[in-house]
Amino acid sequence: MAKNLLTSALFAGVTVGVLAAILQFIFVVPLLMEGELYETGARVHFSAGVAESEAGAPAIWGDIGRHIGTVAMNLVAYTGFAFVMVAGFALAQRAGHSVDARSGAIWGLAGFIAVQLAPAVGLPPELPGTVAADLGARQVWWAGCVLATVLGIAALAFVRGSAGVIGGVVLIALPHVIGAPHLDTYYGIAPPELASHFVTSSLGVAGASWVLLGTIAGALWARKA
Amino acid sequence: MTNSFATAKAAASNDLLAIGFAALFGLGLVFAAGFSHASAMHDVAHDQRHAIAFPCH
Repeated sequence: MAKNLLTSALFAGVTVGVLAAILQFIFVVPLLMEGELYETGARVHFSAGVAESEAGAPAIWGDIGRHIGTVAMNLVAYTGFAFVMVAGFALAQRAGHSVDARSGAIWGLAGFIAVQLAPAVGLPPELPGTVAADLGARQVWWAGCVLATVLGIAALAFVRGSAGVIGGVVLIALPHVIGAPHLDTYYGIAPPELASHFVTSSLGVAGASWVLLGTIAGALWARKA
Repeated sequence: MTNSFATAKAAASNDLLAIGFAALFGLGLVFAAGFSHASAMHDVAHDQRHAIAFPCH
């Protein structure tokens, strides 16, 4: 059991960490670095009653050290997600639910919903330079939202009868009923098109990465189980 | 019979221990990647935090 947990999580986490970083370099980092042009003032979109600026990302490969950091921290993050997910596999297996590559893909999709999509409903992924509410308050809401959504999805998936459905829906809705911390003023300096494209791209890349994580971890888990 | 039952029970509690360690270790990694306030961690993790949408800054 312990060996299966370790090998499934490590292999899936490292593989997906690298793949997620590659997807981010293609789809997310160029938008992020374009946003930094507005953060630093190198580009200005809103000036004297006019909203207009040149579109296009800067060259992203000027600072390789920065991108090595991104790869390294993706390895850490996705390996962390993988360890929590395989702990879930093990608990599900003890309760009589087998896990393989196909059900692993569903686990990955559920992870994406809990860790990315649900918190993004309250706190959209932010371009650099976005002014937002107090960091501590946002981190608390984010962590609470992820936890409530994980428990809610688990209730929907594994608790039989109406209790599972009602409990699951309440848990998933609760963070959004409470509401994420927000400021009462808008400060955005980047073009809305860029900010929304950044949100959709980062969610898309995260969705693909999470489904891969669940599929690979599930396949490895089934091989050894 | 009693012995094999005891062995199975010990194996089950070992499994639970392993599951608990895996979950805690994973949460520790996620915390380091997404939440650590240390500024060196923040700088290295910057782009990844934005991409994964951990609350940042």
